[in-house]
Parts: sequence; structure tokens; C-alpha cells
Amino acid sequence: MTNVLIVGAASAIAEATARLFAEEGCRLFLVGRRAERLAVLCDDLKSRGAEQTASHELDMNDFEGHEAMLAAAENSIGPIDIAYIAHGTLPDQKACQDDVDLTLQEFRTNALSTIALLTRLANDFERRRTGTIAVITSVAGDRGRESNYVYGAAKAAVDSYLEGMRQRLHKSGVRVVTIKPGFVDTPMTAAFDKGLLWAKPDAVAQRIHRAITKGGDVIYVPAFWRLIMLVIRSIPRRIFKAIKL
Amino acid sequence: MTEGTRQYRSWGRPDAALSRAFRPRWRDFELPGDEGRVLPFGNGRSYGDSCLNPGGSVIDMRGLDRFISFDTETGVLACEAGVLLDEILRVIVPRGWFLPVTPGTRFVTLGGAIANDVHGKNHHLAGSFGHHLRRFELLRSDGTRRICSADENADWFAATIGGLGLTGLITWAEIALKPVHGPAIETEVEQFTDLDRFLELSDAAHDDFEYTAAWIDSTRPDPGDMRGLFFRGNHAPAGTPAPAAPRPLPGPPFTPPFSMVPSLVVRPFNFLTYAKPRAPRGIAHYEPFFYPLDRVANWNRLFGRRGFFQHQSVVPRAVAREAVGALIGKVAGTNSGSTLSVLKVFGDATPRGLLSFPRPGVTLALDIPDRGARSLELMADLDRVVMEAGGAIYPAKDARMDPAVFRQGFPRWQEFETYRDPGFSSGFWRRVMEENL
Repeated sequence: MTNVLIVGAASAIAEATARLFAEEGCRLFLVGRRAERLAVLCDDLKSRGAEQTASHELDMNDFEGHEAMLAAAENSIGPIDIAYIAHGTLPDQKACQDDVDLTLQEFRTNALSTIALLTRLANDFERRRTGTIAVITSVAGDRGRESNYVYGAAKAAVDSYLEGMRQRLHKSGVRVVTIKPGFVDTPMTAAFDKGLLWAKPDAVAQRIHRAITKGGDVIYVPAFWRLIMLVIRSIPRRIFKAIKL
Repeated sequence: MTEGTRQYRSWGRPDAALSRAFRPRWRDFELPGDEGRVLPFGNGRSYGDSCLNPGGSVIDMRGLDRFISFDTETGVLACEAGVLLDEILRVIVPRGWFLPVTPGTRFVTLGGAIANDVHGKNHHLAGSFGHHLRRFELLRSDGTRRICSADENADWFAATIGGLGLTGLITWAEIALKPVHGPAIETEVEQFTDLDRFLELSDAAHDDFEYTAAWIDSTRPDPGDMRGLFFRGNHAPAGTPAPAAPRPLPGPPFTPPFSMVPSLVVRPFNFLTYAKPRAPRGIAHYEPFFYPLDRVANWNRLFGRRGFFQHQSVVPRAVAREAVGALIGKVAGTNSGSTLSVLKVFGDATPRGLLSFPRPGVTLALDIPDRGARSLELMADLDRVVMEAGGAIYPAKDARMDPAVFRQGFPRWQEFETYRDPGFSSGFWRRVMEENL
């Protein structure tokens, strides 16, 4: 039986992934900001085959609460085999440019809260010498762009942190998976017009689930984003700074 | 929750309806106010305009696709209304349960199955989907939420079953599943060459076979010289190994500019379907037995940019031979024959919904490629036969019936109007109520 901790469990991508874990009969511990939403998810995942579900209400920006949450998870479903970190927001770039506090707040949500949690998880997993830590970052972290560099910078910070952590934990047999979604049709992106590049959460979740359970260090979802980002990263800076992206 | 304006399409028609889209993700949402023009949208498998709301607002229900409870001892299942029957089957079959009634596609939502009171191959014994519905929650545009069942708010229950999504929004529903031993179905097939024989076969199979339906070659006008295949089946007993479900086939990735089903191929296709060697008995996985077309993704696109119509009617048993014979005669005579024509004898169950389509009699479903005025004339002709026989046309498949045809087939429409949510409407409803506007 696999014990899975899911942080940001009410996000569309996390929910779609949780269903795949539920169908395998995993034990699931869901963390999110609203208890009543988590209860709805627990009912669903239980019906879909989860061996056990439990939830914990926590805003991840409450760093003090991380330790108690991890203790509650272990108490309720046992030692964590898979930690899947999926919480985050999509900052309003324009608003951040005029508001230092907002920028820092977004950075806190999308980088610091994840790094704070990973610090604890890394030690715990290293000690137990087993398990998988999977984190959703973003293609936006691959190169800062005018349209969303607050978000991109936060995700880049987590990317680098994970890269180092992967080296450290490799010796202990702990896997670290970085998940970089491109455009996914979720409530977080409801305001965008959807074109050909947009993927559905179900399809994205299947690839994430495969990477977590079967293998993969850094995955792009859908896979074609690896190519797109390769192109974007290889644009010479003197050209890049003059274009709008 | 707002997603701006989006294009919505139904299954048979190529033209898109522009609607303001709302996609709730949690059951506690509030309905948008939109001057009487809100319509729930499930998975868009209705063929005509009953799932469309051009110029209005659409509540896209696929975001509400969660299970609420599943009692594996009693088979009582509660789900949000946007969950697909496909998702339900994936969860329940491995645990020994099956849908009490299933339509010919598993890609419909639970809410859509209720709103159209769908039927399946077991209607003669099990009735329609509404007969297995225990209760649901109905959210009205005034913000009220009612639990409806046969005992509680029974009048709203009856209005909402088959109510085309117009009595309010079904947020969740609870159904009674049926126990099975696994995914295997014991099947039998038998050829027949006239309509009387079809009726005989149906009567003979009534008690012993849970599932019956027939395919007929609609290119042959003489009801005494037909080609048909009568399919019957039962869930297999315990321990029967089921073959694997066949792999899905890729369908057209986009709609081709012309139809891939030209009239030239209809006749040979029908002949080959009839003449193809088939074992008289076999064991099938439930997917190809119930959902042969679901195997091909987006098969509707094969009909090209002009799309196609479905014409499904039901006529009383007493006049079935003459009426069905006349319908097939007219389709065969036009040479724009139907690729897939299905016949089924309905059982005697009293319909539960005010606007339920399934009722005692014989039902005939025809695919009719859109060839413009010719197709419309043909279907108007078919409607006349059905009306003379005292039958009805299925709204879920309709894109063009005359308001008078609808009202004659669904005489309780005025009573239904008193239950329709004043905030709700659809393309179909505005069309068949035209004279009242």
C-alpha cells in the first residue's frame, strides 16, 4: 500500500492525479486551505478506490503549521511514500510590478512555502532512505519573461532547490521529480483564451502519475513543452530582450 | 467560474452555438442570472439543439464530476451530475456492479442521462434510467435547493426526469445499481427477414434475455423482405472470463469538408453488416456489446461539415408493423438511407417523467446525413407517419421537429411548463415553443 501526501489537493491538476492514486488503492492525505472542499475530495477518492483518505486544513503560507501537518499525515496514513506538492497561485504580473508587498506575498506562496516544506521533507525522506518527492513548478521557471517573471522567478527558485536536493537525496535512494506543466485548462487559467497548446488536467495527470510511479527526474507536461522551452532558452539575449513574450 | 464566451456543439450538428460559459467546480456554487437563458451542458452527446443555448448561458457541468458515496454492499451510488457513465463503469464494474440502464454511449453525464430519461437494450424489463433514480438535488435560479425523490417533492422529481435540463440544475443524483459477476455478456445474434419475425423474436426473448435490440438494413423498402440482425444478451454467470475490451480506434482528428459516408457506401455497408459471418452465440466484453460506436473517437465527424440528423421515434405496438414498415419504406425510397438503423421493442413500464420519451411500443432510430431540404422533407414525412400512429419523436436526437409534432408526442408539455425554471431555456425549447413566444 502506498501512502501519498498531496499538498494543494483542491487544485485541478492535483485532483486529477489523486484519482489515479485512488484507483490504485493508495492511502491519501490531502492538504488544502478549505476543509469543506477537502471533504468533497475525500468522499470522491474513497469511492474511486482509495484505501483510506484523510485531510488537513492548512494555508501553506503558515510555515509554523507545516510540522504539525506532517505529523498529522504520518499519524493518520503512516510514513509517507510519495509527497506530491501542487499548491500555488498565478500572480497578476502587472499588479505585482506596482506593489512590493504583493510581489513578496506571491513569492512566499509559490517559492518559500514550498522550500520550507521541502526542507522538512528532505530530512525525513533521507532518514528513511526511501520514497519520492514530486513538485509542480512550471515551464515559466525556465526563463524569465516580461509577461510573468514574478511567477517565473518563484518557480525557478524551486527548480534550483530541487535540482540540488535531487543530488543530495540520490545517495539515499530518494527520488525527486520536478514537474513542469505548460498551459493547462484549469480554474487557475480560466481567464485565458484556450488554443492548441492547452492541455486537459486528466491528460497532464496521467503523465505526472507515470513519472512519479515509474521514473523521471524533470518532466514537461505535455512533453512537447521541453522542445518549446529549449527554443525559448536558446534565443540569444540581445534578441530576447527586444521581443514580447 | 466564468470562462467567457465559448462555442458549444451537439453531437450531430456541425454549427456551433455561442454561449457564455460557466464551469463550476464545487457543488455549493450559485447560478448566474441571465434573463431566463441558462442551460446545463453535460458532455454534448445530444444530437440536436436540446443541449445548446445560443445567445444564452451554459453551465458546463463537467467540472462537477465527483463521486459522493458508493455503498458496495447495496449498490447505491451518489455522484455529482457531471460525472460520465464511463467513469462510473470504471469504478463499479470491478466491484461487481453495473448501470441499471445504459444508453448506446457511455460518454454521457449522469445529469444528461436523467434530463433525457435515457433508455437502453433492457427497457422491456428495466424501464428507463428514471426508474432507477433514487433522488437528486435540484438547484433553481431563485437559489433554492430541493431534494427530489418519489416521496419528497415527487412532482419536481417527475418533471425533472426527461425534463431536458429545464426545471433547474441537477447538482448530484443517487441511483440504484444492479449486481453483476463481471464485465462479460453472453450474446446471441439471429438474422431475420421481415418485421413480423422481428416482433416474434422480441416477444420470445422478452423474459429470458435482459438485453435485446435489432439492427436493420434501411435500404430495403419491403417490410416482408428485410435484412435484420436480432441481438440478445445477458450478463454472464460468475466465473465467466470476459474477453478484453477492444482498443479504442482513432477517429477523424478534425471534421473533413465532405462526408466520409456518401450514399454510395450505405448499401454495401448495410449488406456487409448483414452478411458478415457471425457466431450465433458468444461471450463479449460489455463495451463492444453496449457501446460499439464509442470505440471510434468522434465518429460523428465522419459525416463531414454538413453533419447528420437522427430520427428516433416510438410508435404503439398495435400499429408497429404498419408504421415501422412505412418509415423504413420512406427512408429506403429516398436513397439517402440510414447507415445505422436500430429497432427495439419497449416494455410496458409507465414513464416516470412528464416528458419521458420511452413508452410502450416499438422504437426505430435512424441516422440521416444532412442533404439539406431533401433530408428535412424526408424527416417531416417520417414525422407524419409517427403522428398518425400516435407516437412521438425523441427530443434528445432532434434538431428540427415541428412544434406541433412535439406537442402531440408529449401532451403533458403544458403541465411541464409550470415546472420549468423561469431562468432556464434551450435552443430546442425556444424552437418547439415558438408559437407561444
